[in-house]
Amino acid sequence: MRTWSGSRLVRWVAASLALAVSASVAITAEESGSKDAKSKAVGADAKAGSDAKSAGKKKREEFTTGSSDVLISFINEQVRQGWTDNEIEPSEVAGDGEWIRRVYLDIVGHVPPMEEIEKFLADKDKAKRSKLVDKLLDDPGYVRHWTNVWTNLTIGQDTPQRVSRKGMEKFLREAFTKNRPWNDVVLDIVSAEGHFEENGAVNFLLAQMVMPDDGVLATAKTTRLFMGMQVQCTQCHNHPFNDWQQRQFWEFNNFFRQLQKEDHRKYDAKAGRMVDDYSELKRRDGVADHVTYEKRNGLIEAAYPRYFGKDVVDEVAQKDKDGWDVNRREVLGKLMIDGEKSLVALAMVNRMWSQFFGYGITKPVDDMGPHNPASHPDLLDRLGGEFVKSRYDVKQLVRWICNSEAYNLTSQASKANEEKDNPAAGTSAMFSHVYLKSMSAEQLYDSLIVATNAHKSGRSSFEQAEDKKRVWLRQFVIAFGTDEGDESTTFNGSIPQALMMMNGDLVKDAISAQKGSFLNTILAETPKDPDRIRRLYLTALGRTPNPKEAKGAQDLLRANSDKLAAYQDMFWALLNSNEFIFIH
Amino acid sequence: MSFIPAGMSRRHFMSHMAATAATIPAIQFMQHLQVHAETVKKNQKACILMWMGGGPPTIDIWDLKPGSKNGGEFKPIKAGDTQICEHMPKTAAHFDVLNVVRSMSTREADHGRGRYFMHTGYVPNPTVVHPTFGSVVSHELGSKRKELEIPSFVSIGGDPGSPGFLGMSNAAFVVNTQGRIQNADTDGMDAGRFRQRLAMLGTIEDNFISSKRGEAPQAHKDVYKKAIDLMTSKQMEAFKVDKEDPKTIDRYTNAGAPTGGMMRAGGEFGRGLLMARRLVEAGVPFVEVGMGGWDLHANVFNTLKDRNLPSMDTAISALVTDLKERSMIKDVVLVWMGEFGRTPRINQDVGRDHWAASWSNMIGGGNLKGGLGVGATDADGLTCETKPYLPGDIWATACHALGIPTTTVHTSKRGRPMKIANGGTPIPELIG
Repeated sequence: MRTWSGSRLVRWVAASLALAVSASVAITAEESGSKDAKSKAVGADAKAGSDAKSAGKKKREEFTTGSSDVLISFINEQVRQGWTDNEIEPSEVAGDGEWIRRVYLDIVGHVPPMEEIEKFLADKDKAKRSKLVDKLLDDPGYVRHWTNVWTNLTIGQDTPQRVSRKGMEKFLREAFTKNRPWNDVVLDIVSAEGHFEENGAVNFLLAQMVMPDDGVLATAKTTRLFMGMQVQCTQCHNHPFNDWQQRQFWEFNNFFRQLQKEDHRKYDAKAGRMVDDYSELKRRDGVADHVTYEKRNGLIEAAYPRYFGKDVVDEVAQKDKDGWDVNRREVLGKLMIDGEKSLVALAMVNRMWSQFFGYGITKPVDDMGPHNPASHPDLLDRLGGEFVKSRYDVKQLVRWICNSEAYNLTSQASKANEEKDNPAAGTSAMFSHVYLKSMSAEQLYDSLIVATNAHKSGRSSFEQAEDKKRVWLRQFVIAFGTDEGDESTTFNGSIPQALMMMNGDLVKDAISAQKGSFLNTILAETPKDPDRIRRLYLTALGRTPNPKEAKGAQDLLRANSDKLAAYQDMFWALLNSNEFIFIH
Repeated sequence: MSFIPAGMSRRHFMSHMAATAATIPAIQFMQHLQVHAETVKKNQKACILMWMGGGPPTIDIWDLKPGSKNGGEFKPIKAGDTQICEHMPKTAAHFDVLNVVRSMSTREADHGRGRYFMHTGYVPNPTVVHPTFGSVVSHELGSKRKELEIPSFVSIGGDPGSPGFLGMSNAAFVVNTQGRIQNADTDGMDAGRFRQRLAMLGTIEDNFISSKRGEAPQAHKDVYKKAIDLMTSKQMEAFKVDKEDPKTIDRYTNAGAPTGGMMRAGGEFGRGLLMARRLVEAGVPFVEVGMGGWDLHANVFNTLKDRNLPSMDTAISALVTDLKERSMIKDVVLVWMGEFGRTPRINQDVGRDHWAASWSNMIGGGNLKGGLGVGATDADGLTCETKPYLPGDIWATACHALGIPTTTVHTSKRGRPMKIANGGTPIPELIG
């Protein structure tokens, strides 16, 4: 029996995961009842038309998650305006089963435990959706998921040499645990100095310093990730489509010229030779106040530290309290987060929106500017401003998004929106239905642990569990041959991913029939086949089987003398399905 | 040892069994199969893309500038009717079938954008994802090769890009040069049980596909079908480079060379090219093989001379020799490119930076002409002096050699017509 993870995991997965021996909960009927109602409504829609349609519309317009935040109404108005302007009819509100699976995956990075689904479906509280969002924001899974997301964004999926993944994770884990204001987090990262494990924030910049390049990559990546601007091309020439000039790139780069990486080595007595020790990010003293660059016509020009036209030569010329040249990156960081709608705020709002909806308010999400109009400019603008007012409260931002009408719609398109609102085919995203997202490799891994109680039998520590997961994740990374540390993943819906799901150890363990395994437990504790089948469907897909599926499952059981094997096959099929791997 | 010929599937084989085995004596039957295998092999058109990740300094490889301040340290040597770098002598000897196109002008000098442009022929555009060329060939040729059970686009240590609007079933199958395909067998599960699993899976998938959730759910099912075909296929042997004669492996990787460890990067590339040849023999129409380590902002000449060029020279010449010996060179197009070239000016770190305005690609085989240097740059390598070429022109030339009409038009998901190779034109000097 494999061990998956440790006590921390056990704690963050709801303790109530243990299966109740009690008979099946009444919500089943209710859930399938409401499903029937829906399919009837759709049928009526096709036949009778407007009556059912207006009833559906009324239902949607009156829908609320129970949040009373006024900003939610503003978001809803803005998105609705987009529907009106583009003559798009939105889809209906998502059923509770569809929604709880989505919101778990999006906020805490894994599917909901079965017990939680059953409880949520049975809950009659009108404000249960907004309450669940609040609950998930306090769940340790929130910290874990967003640490994953931002570690990948800052240093990549494949850790560059002389960069500490653990250091970066530790810094981010603390930031998300304390819900530190995002402006503080960004300032820390941009201005960071020190040992790569003691101050994990330095790892973002260390990861951009894999080769000596005068801070060019650090400049490009900082503006792209934290300010939503792509300026890498302006290193050599003016931007073809926006206001960025080549000079501006080097003015920005000026702030990064003190960057100095020091790689320490130590003697390893066992190996009898020197080995890598820690790395640190230091500040070079006495760096010239200007940088020079070559224009396309061959002329050499000088660029002084300047932030969107604001000259800071004097500030940068100062000494700090220890008598060193002032940290230019700290000067930059403070400018970046200054103002009522800083670029850092707008970039974060846009990025978070895209994390939840699959598409940002600009496309791509990290290329904002006049050359790339936003689909909902007023929404982006207002959210940016409110985010600053909230003191860059990331959890608040998640609340706004998850309590919006758009986030609560079904992922089923309708005739009235599937053509006009199909960003996968190139339209702008109008959010008239929720778009499918593929689970990330981390979401899949964590979901399988939750779905199958795999952590229950584990005795390994949090660290060991994380190491094991990291090894598993590494199989998907393809590093490119560039010095910029570009990378891609085979966890992208292609054949290697399908093979891993069908034959790999992860799923093999998840459907294990050994004593103490999830399947064994569920069979032991649920006496009747229909209930067992229902629970497998709930666990994997967050819904109950439709009549056809239920009958198919029963037939399968009858045809097999080995029931356990039949259940294994059923669970295998569920976990391998498109419906499982997509967030919908 | 299987007696099913390479390039033929069991399905195909079994249909022959049914049709012919009963009526002709066994010995004749075997001969019939042999003959058939030969024709299959001969007709298989294919393209091998050699991808130089990072952006290769083509001014030091294919378009030397002796006498210029930008010229660098290397001397040119004769190669066919043209000249290439002195550190590529074995490849130079194959310039009866290889050519250099020296007037590439591709404007994208960022890794991501250059990678996209060179692979697709289109500049990045936020409203549409264009298919990488391997996916185009998979779509055009792979779909017609019913006997092919392994993916029709394989990327070996490469950098393949997205199938875009041609869909995930034309995506690159990414493997490393060891050719070990992870998780490719069911661990001895009996076929009946596996079928049972697939039947259940089909029911759940179909339900989700019909729920109006876009095209991704169907793509998921298509990819699973391909994965299952692959798992049960004898053609998987094509990935196993170690089945080759050690002498052959040696020829590609130069494993016995005195520089030992220094050859490692090249050895990997050589293994990749050898696997590509095996895959092409099995009927795969497009294979991309990556070689990294070209982003030479510093120390360009020593790196080229000691590491990149000797191993690349060995690998490419071994491939061409092999293709010639097997009479495959007429059917297999070879394309060599990266994201962009590198600055003619040598920087303060004795490196060269990104440069897309004037650089070279290599192309040959597939019944194209050979030994030519097409197009020219000025004495310092700074501008193209002749008609500039785009990646679409390279891919149109490849289309010509592969027998894919250059008039082919695909339709994006929004119904926008997209010309194959972005409407590029086959390079006239190379065809005819």
